[in-house]
Amino acid sequence: MIDTLIIGAGMSGLSAGIRLAYYDQRVCICERHTTIGGLNSFYRLRGRDYDVGLHAITNFTPRGTKKGPLARLLRQLRFKWDDFALAPQKGSAVAFPGVRLNFGNEIGILEAEVRRAFPRQVDNFQKLLGAIVDYDDLNQDLFALSARQTLGEIFTDPLLIEMLLCPLMWYGNAREDDMDWGQFCIMFRSIFLEGMARPFRGVRLILKNLVRRFRELGGELRLRSGVQRIKVEDGRAVGVILDDGTELLAKRILSSAGIVETMRLCSDPTTTERPQRAGQLSFIETVSVLDQQPEALGHDRTIVFYNDSDRFHWRKPSDELCDLRTGVICSPNNFLYDSEEEQLADGVIRITAIANHERWAALSDEAYALEKLRWYDRTAAAAVRFMPDFRGRVIDTDMFTPKTIHRFTWHDNGAVYGAPDKQLDGATPFQNLFICGTDQGFVGIIGAIVSGITMANRHCLNAAEP
Amino acid sequence: MTPAEIRDEVLDILSNITPDDDLGGLVDDKPFREQLELDSMDFLDIVMELRKRHRVQIPEEEYGQLASMGSTVAYLTPKMCDIVKK
Repeated sequence: MIDTLIIGAGMSGLSAGIRLAYYDQRVCICERHTTIGGLNSFYRLRGRDYDVGLHAITNFTPRGTKKGPLARLLRQLRFKWDDFALAPQKGSAVAFPGVRLNFGNEIGILEAEVRRAFPRQVDNFQKLLGAIVDYDDLNQDLFALSARQTLGEIFTDPLLIEMLLCPLMWYGNAREDDMDWGQFCIMFRSIFLEGMARPFRGVRLILKNLVRRFRELGGELRLRSGVQRIKVEDGRAVGVILDDGTELLAKRILSSAGIVETMRLCSDPTTTERPQRAGQLSFIETVSVLDQQPEALGHDRTIVFYNDSDRFHWRKPSDELCDLRTGVICSPNNFLYDSEEEQLADGVIRITAIANHERWAALSDEAYALEKLRWYDRTAAAAVRFMPDFRGRVIDTDMFTPKTIHRFTWHDNGAVYGAPDKQLDGATPFQNLFICGTDQGFVGIIGAIVSGITMANRHCLNAAEP
Repeated sequence: MTPAEIRDEVLDILSNITPDDDLGGLVDDKPFREQLELDSMDFLDIVMELRKRHRVQIPEEEYGQLASMGSTVAYLTPKMCDIVKK
């Protein structure tokens, strides 16, 4: 009998698995895809390595830092700081028409930029920093306040509000238009107060560390093993039935499949819980491989969050495949890797835009291939309004769409940040079925790992049970 | 185990939890929390490690006994005195 069966071998499932296997549980992770990682995965194409998901790891704190999510997860998983080999960002920016705010891993950089571009908002910015430091993560009532409204009470210049919301919504907001105040505070800390970094070898280094540790501890990982159904008897989950019909019994189940998706897997027709809303926000991303480093083109920013008007629009496009008014430009070259020689062989520019999953999914194969080409060009054209034109230096390209994200994550609508209503305690209507990952409430790579650890500790590791 | 051996064992558990920390300067009568910034998750780990390694059971209401090295060793001595150090 399996002690804990985990659905999904992404960051959260693997981390939960490590915790439980370390304390001698019999753990089995079932993953539908042929590879690990979920949203944060990697692949090789025409001789080059690519990352999916990861632009930068947020919540970065330097070696020796004892507080914060990164330090906590290293302790909990028994990793050394060096195991993740994180190189800090060079510096990023929020770019709106005619105004740009640079920021880095020191909050002082952003403070100075606010002073330069919004001199009348300096005191209000300090007020915001105070509110974020005071924000209590565990207070569920404050969590769901409107970030737009709360920021409107702090700042008197709406443009600065939009410019602060833009990167934080891009990196972790499942709600359309507005953001939960709690989520705003968490994202503000993870991006502006802590910072961004990347391992030289990309997300594969972290995933390979996680999966190696899980296996060393005796954990079982089953790839190509999608869960077709969670078997429920008398209000308890008793096991799962895989796509190939195999039945596995388990004492408890921890699912990273998403709250809506997990509930749908449960076969109990008597559940009368209100239907949960699935997330709507999905993305396309273009990858352009260049014959030179982006810096040689005059592009030294790690990430640029751009928006082409004074108002930031964060919702699924309804009548187009994509919305190019806002986007994220990421260059994995622009991190401070260990030595001068250590630099990625190719220049890489990745550009993300908001997209409509249903429209992409409804295309015929032929139309899908054509639209990818069309939107690659449009996305590049939209981005070069905010960075040097790189289009003459492109030697290879790739692109993923909401369909790709759905294939890797199996989340409804290819929703990158999951459902808008988070389940912070990880509970479900079934006493031994819990959720972890994006829909539990933490986002980003570090957030997902912390989610897996926290839910494993809280629901699956009982210190009193011999 | 003698109190000194128990202290070594707790140090080993701590170095396992915080591999990047130098534990040489740990002061026995100062709370771990102040010196290592351990949080509640880490205290759960100390309890779980003791159970995993030595089958020592610590009820939740007694977790407070693990506040510092001094109080931890004093609390564990009667529970671990019959365990033979490997």
